[in-house]
Amino acid sequence: MTGTPDLLELRDVSVRLGGQRRWLRPSVAPIQAVAAVSLRLRRGEILGLVGESGCGKTTLGRTILGLQRASDGEIRLDGEPVGDLSPKQARKRRKDIHYVHQDAAAALDPWWSIGRILEEGLAIQGLRSAAERRARVDHMLQAVGLEPGTRRRYPHELSGGQLRRVALARILVLRPRLIVLDEPTSGLDMSVQATVLNLLLELRGRFDLTYLFISHDLSVVERLCDRVAIMYLGRVVELAPTARLFARPRHPYTRALLAAVPRLDPHAARLSAAIEGEPPSAGRPPPGCVFSSRCRHAEPECREVMPELQDEAGHAVACRRWRDILPDDRHALAAGACDGPKPARRLGLAQ
Amino acid sequence: MRAVATLSEPTPPEPRPTEPILQVRGLKLSIRTDEGLAAVLDHVDFALAGGHILGIVGESGCGKSTLVRAIVGILPARAMIEAGHIHFLGEDLLGLSEAELNGRVRGRAIGFVPQDPYLALNPVFKVGAQLLEIMRWHAPDRGRKNARRDHRMRLVELLRRVQLPDPEAALERYPHQFSGGQRQRLVIAAALACAPALVIADEPTTAVDVTTQQQILDLIRDLVEEFAFSMLFVTHDLGVVAQLCDDICVIYAGQTVESGPTRDVLAAPNHPYTRALLACHPERSDAFVGIPGVVPSPFRPPPGCRFAPRCTYALAVCPQRMPYLVGGPAGRKVDCVLAEIGAAA
Repeated sequence: MTGTPDLLELRDVSVRLGGQRRWLRPSVAPIQAVAAVSLRLRRGEILGLVGESGCGKTTLGRTILGLQRASDGEIRLDGEPVGDLSPKQARKRRKDIHYVHQDAAAALDPWWSIGRILEEGLAIQGLRSAAERRARVDHMLQAVGLEPGTRRRYPHELSGGQLRRVALARILVLRPRLIVLDEPTSGLDMSVQATVLNLLLELRGRFDLTYLFISHDLSVVERLCDRVAIMYLGRVVELAPTARLFARPRHPYTRALLAAVPRLDPHAARLSAAIEGEPPSAGRPPPGCVFSSRCRHAEPECREVMPELQDEAGHAVACRRWRDILPDDRHALAAGACDGPKPARRLGLAQ
Repeated sequence: MRAVATLSEPTPPEPRPTEPILQVRGLKLSIRTDEGLAAVLDHVDFALAGGHILGIVGESGCGKSTLVRAIVGILPARAMIEAGHIHFLGEDLLGLSEAELNGRVRGRAIGFVPQDPYLALNPVFKVGAQLLEIMRWHAPDRGRKNARRDHRMRLVELLRRVQLPDPEAALERYPHQFSGGQRQRLVIAAALACAPALVIADEPTTAVDVTTQQQILDLIRDLVEEFAFSMLFVTHDLGVVAQLCDDICVIYAGQTVESGPTRDVLAAPNHPYTRALLACHPERSDAFVGIPGVVPSPFRPPPGCRFAPRCTYALAVCPQRMPYLVGGPAGRKVDCVLAEIGAAA
């Protein structure tokens, strides 16, 4: 490892939600939303955090931001722990990390003009000069591809794609280093999505940003992220560089996820269901491996101990059996996910 | 007015396997709003062959949902149908009264699967009561002796068929006690409760995860085969269409641009918009490709072909008049001037 520490490091971070007994309220059974997650974010990379609804990816994002306290484990920014600080210190320490909401329209105040929305963060950070605030806002509007006149407009006057740009600009004026993007393209049409994603790539280079990209859209993750972490029921079950993960997925869940993406290619189409049933409740995870209750390859031993995330040549997987099931997994083969380095070519229609 | 070149009883190269069960012709629809008249639909043409699944594809705001509402006659009061016909099983739905629609069509001959099953189910009633209510209103044997008991038996069987765990107990539960995927199965069962000839599904899988989506698509495919209904499947996801639908109809800003068998259209799209849309799809490109420009506002739609302002192939004539509908082999149709002059590269 090099001398400079990673931008962000999570060590065995767990988050339990609920379970408190409050006055006059029934106690809620605690839910292990995030279980012993260890991740590193390197400077300038885009790490994709993928999983289905309820897998804990948003909770993990909130924990990194400090909106949710970790029950266990440690979060380090630039090698220094950020947990257990006083609120004032924590706010100072974490000002490098910002968050872009999933639903930009809901996150922006409909009564405020775009200019006022963008200046608010600067005012909170203590930038007193109105002229300078305005200059920085105008500069940033331009950087995200909006006209300077947008500052006088209101959220309802803008399209979905433009609102995402505003949401980005609002964060970027604060000069963050790490941005947690929570499903930034959900609800956008494919043709608009592309412009937002291209903008994200451009901004990363221009402002030296690092992204934690939370998404369930594998096709976007495949083309945008440098590395991908797959989450299931609060745990990271696989973590690898994007190209490798998509070319040779190891965990049965990752394979099922990849096989479930509807494909244009008629030869890949019409597969049977890759996995059956639905994820169990995070309040009552199955014993042993969390995926064992739905895994076609599960053995009795799988139901006893949760396998650790084990790194092998930069490709980490939490599965006892990934070596055994690699060759004959029909679904991974049928989905074209086994061979070929370039996704576009292996998914092409020409056959 | 637009001349329909080949639509009026053409001589197709090969006969269609079955008669269309639903045919929409030249549908033009506007909605009066405070900001003026919104020309939401303009020249929508398609036919759904019996037993087929037809995918209606378009981006948000293209009029997909309005089209669906027009078919079942649940348009807002300010909507006006200015031209066109909706032929369903030999009669024009636009000519039916509200009572006739309620008595024979909605829930009975046409089942509907909504986008958000949570909004479609009433949170304060048990799902059994809600699903049985549909049958009490619309089932052909309603009012007969023991009808209620029969309905209940049929419903349990149907819930078993849509793979809902423990169907008997499910009837006594409330919507919030089901997961998203299970709720989607519930509303699919509700749509099928009265053995409809046509089921309309409006983006039924946008709210669920990808593995659940695959399960739902598998289920729909099996049900179409088993219960022999036809289906209109509205979506914005071309991958879903490729997996599920026999035929595809692409809509842009309220205009049908291209239709035909899914495989043929996706393999060799004829309309520039279909091509641009496919080029955006992750399977067709490594980089993020978009379509330059924005979808026109329905308040000030461009004249002629509405895609012309964004079309890289647009000719001088495109903004001047609507293209003629050009028929092709295997039931393919395209609305483009380029296809008219046979210059589509």
